[in-house]
Amino acid sequence: MQKLLLVSILIIGTLVRAQNCDLTLSGIIEDQHDDSALSNALISIVDTDIYTYSNDQGDFYLNNLCPGNYTLEISHAQCNVRLFSIKIKENTSRVFKLEHHYEELHEILLSGNSSGLNASSQAKKLNQEIIAQKSDLSLGALVSTISGVNGVSTGRSIIKPAIHGLHSSRVTIMSGGVRLEDQEWGSEHAPNVDINLAHSIEIIKNASALQYSGDGIGGFVVLKPQNIPIKDTVFGNTRISGQSNGKGGSIHAGMVKSSELGWYGSANGTSKKFGDFNAPDYVLSNTGMESHALSGRLGLNKFKYGFELGYSRVANKLGILRASHLGGAQDQYLALNSPTPLIISDFTYNIDRPRQEVTHQIATIKAFVKSNALGRIDLRYDFQQNNRLEFDIRRGSDQNKASMDLNLQTHVLSADLSPKIAGFSFVKTGFSGRFLNNVSNPNTGVKRLIPDYKRYDFGLYAMAGKALTQKLALEVAARLDYMEIRAFKYYYLALWEDRNYGELFPEFELETIGTQILTRPQFQYLNPSASAVLNWALNQDHELMINFALGARNPNPSEMFSEGLHHSASRIELGDLRFEPEISRNLSLTYAYNGDRTRVSVNPFIRHIDRFILLEPTGIQQTIRGNFQVWSYRQTGVMLSGVDFDAQFELFPELMLKQQFTLVKGYEVSGATKGRPLINLPPAELTHALSYKSDSLSDLEILLESTYNWAQNEFPDTNFEAFIPETQSFELIDVSTPPKAYHLINLELRYPLSIHAKGSGFLTFRMENVFSTAYRNYLNSNRFYADEIGRNLLISLTTTF
Amino acid sequence: MKSNLTSNTKTMITTQNNIGSLSRALLMSCTLVLSLLILACSDDDNPPPQIDQEEVITTMIVTLTNNNTNQTIELRSQDLDGDGPQTPTIEVSGNLSVASSYTGAIALLNETVSPAENIDQEVQAEGTEHQFFYTQGGGLNVSTQYLDIDNNGNWIGLAFALTTAAPGQGTITFTLRHEPLKPNDGSLSGAGGETDISVTFPIVVE
Repeated sequence: MQKLLLVSILIIGTLVRAQNCDLTLSGIIEDQHDDSALSNALISIVDTDIYTYSNDQGDFYLNNLCPGNYTLEISHAQCNVRLFSIKIKENTSRVFKLEHHYEELHEILLSGNSSGLNASSQAKKLNQEIIAQKSDLSLGALVSTISGVNGVSTGRSIIKPAIHGLHSSRVTIMSGGVRLEDQEWGSEHAPNVDINLAHSIEIIKNASALQYSGDGIGGFVVLKPQNIPIKDTVFGNTRISGQSNGKGGSIHAGMVKSSELGWYGSANGTSKKFGDFNAPDYVLSNTGMESHALSGRLGLNKFKYGFELGYSRVANKLGILRASHLGGAQDQYLALNSPTPLIISDFTYNIDRPRQEVTHQIATIKAFVKSNALGRIDLRYDFQQNNRLEFDIRRGSDQNKASMDLNLQTHVLSADLSPKIAGFSFVKTGFSGRFLNNVSNPNTGVKRLIPDYKRYDFGLYAMAGKALTQKLALEVAARLDYMEIRAFKYYYLALWEDRNYGELFPEFELETIGTQILTRPQFQYLNPSASAVLNWALNQDHELMINFALGARNPNPSEMFSEGLHHSASRIELGDLRFEPEISRNLSLTYAYNGDRTRVSVNPFIRHIDRFILLEPTGIQQTIRGNFQVWSYRQTGVMLSGVDFDAQFELFPELMLKQQFTLVKGYEVSGATKGRPLINLPPAELTHALSYKSDSLSDLEILLESTYNWAQNEFPDTNFEAFIPETQSFELIDVSTPPKAYHLINLELRYPLSIHAKGSGFLTFRMENVFSTAYRNYLNSNRFYADEIGRNLLISLTTTF
Repeated sequence: MKSNLTSNTKTMITTQNNIGSLSRALLMSCTLVLSLLILACSDDDNPPPQIDQEEVITTMIVTLTNNNTNQTIELRSQDLDGDGPQTPTIEVSGNLSVASSYTGAIALLNETVSPAENIDQEVQAEGTEHQFFYTQGGGLNVSTQYLDIDNNGNWIGLAFALTTAAPGQGTITFTLRHEPLKPNDGSLSGAGGETDISVTFPIVVE
């Protein structure tokens, strides 16, 4: 036995000695985006002292290697670190691709894939190709195609993204590194961005992106601009589309020019115009829209330092379904019991009242410097101006006057530091100061829905990522936010006293004027937030990611100060000054399988929100205009849970099946209303997409989509009774029963074009709602009055050059 | 850092310059952020003006004049804070007589301003966009008839005739609709539009 052992040791020893350790690994490091060579990248073999740098051509050589399996760690100043597994039996040569972030601010998302483990992340990404195909859509409509994301809408044009049922101030929208401040508190306020300005759009379904904010407790929508290469080049794209429903279309053009010296500039413009949309059986009167967007960037990128000036402007004119504008419970009763909208006119491009006119402008100055000692430093200043005009149906000389005219200005100054610290895949820290000034034009002749206020924010964050082992990576982040808000608010004296505010907040009272009282509410908040992501690459195909996020959101001006008639909802809404911040704890798990022909991702989550602010009916108020339902904001503990499922199967080389399923449930978990389901949560949704693509048909792609939406079966009962003079009786007004389930089919043909040597494009024919199914969507506030749009035929042409 | 110093002077100078400019930039941004915060602490803001709510109708007065006796009965609803939390006060000055004909006139006021604004003139001027509806309920037996028309020859309803028959007790609801379908069948459900006013008065005919 001992002999045997000895012999084996000898044999192994001989074998080991017989290994020729004079193999060479050569390679070239390239940029994943445009295959350009990356010089000065550090290539090291994990757990050894062997390392080298790539030369100007991106080439490198590692000599005197023994045969075996190695893990290479490749890092580059402007790229995320990446690990590559490689087996060496003989002299080997390979190309290694890195994701090169040209000049951008370090947009590290705590999503699990910045660790270098190449993890499929919890962040869902829409790339430029998808954006180009859907260039006519709004941001809300586009991102609602992602599992776990829905559009909360007011008609066809006003759509905002809801992540797992949470939206408005609970979802932070970032555009080009700027946090959008555009009166996002209102569920009928769509984000004012043009999707065509984005190169990619990422959705983060939890409060992890702490470098942006600590209060995005529902998640983040991150629009990233085009990365501009440092070389002499000009490139651009055009996107044109036209459609039958709404008899309109959109046109977009964008261009980038850059030079080897590092100078670059880009310009983009988009225009959209639609007339009234059509439901299967009638015109949806006054639902037209018009949008114009433009943007430009000018900058210099010298690897070690750089700067950029940027400007963008989006102007939207959005019609609101005429039949949705009501005066009180009687009108509501009539509208709800009528199978068709009470007002149907002929098709027109005219956008009459009610409508919104919103202009959003962003100006940015940013710069970065890289030092060997400190790492990368980014400084930026952003200015935003949001002007929101809402036109209601009015009488007399006020007919053409806006009922709401808000002007919100935001100044943000921020500094970020990304040092290189040995052992960490990334480290980043920074702070920002923010000043918001909201002014309501007093000439509207309508009591301010949102009072004038000034807000001051100061935030501080730090985050780091580390590969714990070859298969395990950890990312952590923490943030602290201070916020102060000071408002001037005229309250109805009766409400001020009814709520006992006089005793609770005597320091806010300034003076009593007639039936109103002028007050000076001031609040300060200090909120910590934190998040951690553990990423475990079980093997090449399977990976698992666990995310915990703690976030806090302060009550927004609408939740605190609302006090009056909300015309578009035909109800009186009451805020509450006593509110405290919501605290959210989210735990989510992602399992991903990335096989050769099959990809599956399952993402269950559970989220507890303390002091969740919700709006629900609390009574009926009599006015000379009749009876109105009163909705009051209230705080309660809630628990949300659900699962997102995504799968992709290559059935045949030409035939691909994609599946997507989303389920969200939410209940109150505290107080007298414990167990009550949350209002306006998206019902379960199942989507299938079958795509056929064949060489024999010149790469023509045929896509068949099927979406099945269940009826929401869990909802709070918010029905009420109102006196109807005609019948002299109290009638039930059913504002809570969700619409029925529906099934939609879309068909698409995509034909690739090659225009000239450098250009390419796609010609797309698409038919939406093929069977012109009449249906209503629970998350559309117009569901009470009208069906969604019917069949739509769309033709689009996209080109890049 | 020291090895950098000795090994590569050029790098060192660049680094130092960078650090210099960096710290200046950092200092500058800190100062700006701080000044924002200091701004936060100054409290010299002036309150914005109170908004005079326009288009408010606080008061509706329906005057019914007996065509024989010239006696008047006044139905009045007053809601001084408009959409605010206070409920309207409703007063009826007397009972109607059986088998009588009355001439009705509706006055609308905005009493949040002084002197009070006459809204019925505005409704009259925009007659094509407005119409009153009279809805009776309970054991009341009266009939109503429009007496005024707009520029298109359709009813407005600021002036009307009311005829009583047998004694009874019930309610009359006066509803002012904005942008109703015109002409219409005289019913609330047939007219559509938005409710600007809806007041129900208790009425006794004796």
